[in-house]
Amino acid sequence: MKPAAFEYARPASLDETCAMLASAEDARLIAGGQTLVPLMAMRLARPKLLVDIARIPTLTFVREEADAIVIGAATRQCVVEHDSTVRAQLPLLAKAMPFVGHAPIRSRGTIGGSLANADPAAEIALVAVTLRATSICRDVTRTFDVAASEFFLGPMLTALPAGACLVAVRFPVWCEERVGVGFQEVSARASDFAFASAAAQIALDENGICRRLELGIGAITPCPLRLDGVAKALIGTQVEPGSVRAAVSAALATIEPLADLHASAEYRRRAAATLAARAVAEAYAAAKAAEGAHAR
Amino acid sequence: MRVDLTVNGQTHALEIEPRMSLLDCLRERLLLTGAHAGCEHGVCGACTVLIDGAPARSCLIFAVQADGYAITTIEGVPPGPGELSPVQDAFCESHGMQCGYCTPAMILAAHALLAGNPTPTRAEIVEAISGNICRCTGYAQIVEAIALAAERLRGRNQPAAKP
Repeated sequence: MKPAAFEYARPASLDETCAMLASAEDARLIAGGQTLVPLMAMRLARPKLLVDIARIPTLTFVREEADAIVIGAATRQCVVEHDSTVRAQLPLLAKAMPFVGHAPIRSRGTIGGSLANADPAAEIALVAVTLRATSICRDVTRTFDVAASEFFLGPMLTALPAGACLVAVRFPVWCEERVGVGFQEVSARASDFAFASAAAQIALDENGICRRLELGIGAITPCPLRLDGVAKALIGTQVEPGSVRAAVSAALATIEPLADLHASAEYRRRAAATLAARAVAEAYAAAKAAEGAHAR
Repeated sequence: MRVDLTVNGQTHALEIEPRMSLLDCLRERLLLTGAHAGCEHGVCGACTVLIDGAPARSCLIFAVQADGYAITTIEGVPPGPGELSPVQDAFCESHGMQCGYCTPAMILAAHALLAGNPTPTRAEIVEAISGNICRCTGYAQIVEAIALAAERLRGRNQPAAKP
């Protein structure tokens, strides 16, 4: 399990990084390396040049904007997991973080690394799609945004062009008074790859009526999937369990779930329906309990 | 490529190939063989070291990436030559091991846990070692050992109870 030989560079800035990516052949970015290094050890990846962006200060931050939290791509997962701003403003991301790998993986792995790797079971990608986050990307000529729902194209495949670098991700923050979140996952062992996962965020008005809802499922389809039909069906209601189940079943009727050795397509569809309903119920209960503050 | 690695408080200037993992560098160049090579692709956890106090897999970081970090291996854990840390002591006393292959990594994971949480619940102990595979013990005595170490560390430097 030894990787093939490569050259190593540690550019000081984002400009230098983009210039390197543009001129070098077969260059790969590395930050935490928690997915790339195993691929290199198995020689499924054989980059000629590794460009280490882990210590570029402009890629390592959690920044509060008017209606969003922007997280630098090279920010380590353990930092985001324990960040007080993320906990207060992005409770769904905070709730999902402990499900990402094990603690030793999160101590090196980065937010951008997980997104750029685009594993169908990845929790951070699921939260990004569910909350309609935006990927901020950059190459030698320009900086451009890609919506999370358009960023993920398939397993290990993103819309990030060759020669571009994921710089940051912008998560919208909900300003409603009563917001609740739910995150559910099933896997063989704690912190292992999910067979199915679901993320939900709900805003309620003072009468307990749902005013806003986002629900997403992960590990079921080649990319995380936001179930907009469920939101449409439940907004304006009191989110009765019966109508949640009906809306989720309707939304899942047309998808083609992934199948592998661990979980069949039928199992994944069933698990997704159950977890989605549980995530919505969890989010609803948290929003109801929230008294004019974001539910944790 | 030249790299300055700070391991157990000592800085070493080394000339290494970029593809050398921190694990191989520790074992082969610095002869610190307490970090064990198991799967070498981030699954087993036997190669765990502390990087700036946090547990990390030394097989998933190249040594050239690790300059400037404070790296702690099991060799850096004992308070003095021939001594054991309270966690190591607790592992001996509870027999939290069998073949010993996963033990240094388990002890480092326990040290990282107890540094931030002096009163871990059983669930928190299990979570802290969830990235470390043991194929001998069934984990029960490892969990016991960490709970015992936590208790001992809490009682350290406390006045003895009067009879």
